[in-house]
Amino acid sequence: MALTQLSIKDTILELTDDGPRLIGMRCKDCDNHVFPYQEGCNRCTGTNVEKIRLGTKGKLWAWTVQGFPPKAPPYLGEASPEKFQPYGVGYVEIDGQLKVEARLTESDPEKLQVGMPMELTTVVLCEEDDRDLVTYAFEPCA
Amino acid sequence: MTRIAIVGIGIHPFGRTEGVSGQDQGSYAVRAACKDAGVEWGDIEFAYGGSMAAGAADTMVSKLGLTGLQFINVANGCATGGSALLSAYSTIKSGAYDLGIAIGFDKHERGAFRVKTASTGRDWYGGTGLALTTQFFGMKINRYMSEYGISQRTLARVSAKAFRNAELNENAWRRKPLSEEEILHSAMLSYPLTQYMFCSPGEGGVALILARADQAHKYTDKPIFLDAAVVKSRRFGSFEVLAPSLALDWSAGPTVDTSKKAFELAGIGPEDVDVAQLQDTESGAEIMHMAENGFCEHGEQEFMLEKGETEIGGRLPVNTDGGCLANGEPVGASGLRQVYEIVHQLRGDAGTRQVPNNPKVGYTHVYGSPGISGVNILSR
Repeated sequence: MALTQLSIKDTILELTDDGPRLIGMRCKDCDNHVFPYQEGCNRCTGTNVEKIRLGTKGKLWAWTVQGFPPKAPPYLGEASPEKFQPYGVGYVEIDGQLKVEARLTESDPEKLQVGMPMELTTVVLCEEDDRDLVTYAFEPCA
Repeated sequence: MTRIAIVGIGIHPFGRTEGVSGQDQGSYAVRAACKDAGVEWGDIEFAYGGSMAAGAADTMVSKLGLTGLQFINVANGCATGGSALLSAYSTIKSGAYDLGIAIGFDKHERGAFRVKTASTGRDWYGGTGLALTTQFFGMKINRYMSEYGISQRTLARVSAKAFRNAELNENAWRRKPLSEEEILHSAMLSYPLTQYMFCSPGEGGVALILARADQAHKYTDKPIFLDAAVVKSRRFGSFEVLAPSLALDWSAGPTVDTSKKAFELAGIGPEDVDVAQLQDTESGAEIMHMAENGFCEHGEQEFMLEKGETEIGGRLPVNTDGGCLANGEPVGASGLRQVYEIVHQLRGDAGTRQVPNNPKVGYTHVYGSPGISGVNILSR
């Protein structure tokens, strides 16, 4: 049976009944967006900002593949050289908002292409307190 | 206006030196620089120094000698060395002092930089498997290659050149030449970049002694003038390392801004530069930085590398000492190593790696975390 999921940080990633959502900042004065939420706009320098759930669909803007295990700490996923599996990393451009850096569920360079449509999902990093600790990722979609 | 001259240079070999602290590598470089300038540590009126991972610079006075000089620690990410140099340059310009030193050193653990992004609570960014500087470089060059038609072969050419040049540099770390095939077929670390296309965090130390130009001949027959020293942070819309999100807007990164400002201060253009050291954290960075610093148009690098234009005997020699790729990147020392190499090239005493035809103008460029750039222009 699948374990219940625990967000890596609930002020960054909300696990809702309708799926995962990233929490970002929108500037009410200049409509600039930043992820994660911060209390100041890095475009207009103002502070009239709000917390919003960012869009969940976008297009791949840049990508690479993480080919070696990151150092743990800080990495919370599988870091042993024997068991490590490469994962994609990219920026996904969310229309009218921003570009979010995230893991990608696809790690085959042959299957990754700038401009391809992507959708927000989660990936499991490890188990914690009998729950699956998850972080956000984007997966290719139709 | 007061001109500033570099009158003494010192280096501790880069790489791995077991049993010698980063700070002691810095002190070693200081003593070498003093010897080069023919001065005693007690003659130095002020110092700026820093490291990222090897502790405070100013405590080295307990070994060098407690002379009471003004010593200020500098910490400015990948531009730590450049910031120390800029601070020393500005201090002499201000008229406060006439003779000072800029010091950079470091000693990092093995492997990719371990970036800590949370001071409290869970480190979600690094925990997720992001927060690796290598990922940024992979993404930036991957996009750039498809946009401007750069091949993976060209990436390999940059690395092969670095190791070839380093074979001629007794202070470099990786001095064994590698073929383009060996580079292309080494482990894929961050697509499209392989193991030998990346530099490694390492160790080393560099010190540079600066003086008012009108007093430079007291210390050296070959003063090298520092005509511009500029450090800039990023503007809104640029594509930077360690960024959980980017704006939809686009602006050129800090390298472009820093380079323009430096050329403006020096009153020359890219066409006047005879030898350049450009940040080559990985081979793609050198390629992109050639264009970002104004030395070519985007995409021309493919042809330039094929023709060997950035080789020691080429039209614009780049990273003649092997760059970061062959020297490793002890962050605090890295930017000053570039200046150290340019001083040798402009003095004409770079030995077997000397750029021919008496180069007159040299250029150094650093880029790094957290979206910062430093450029220096030097002449003789």
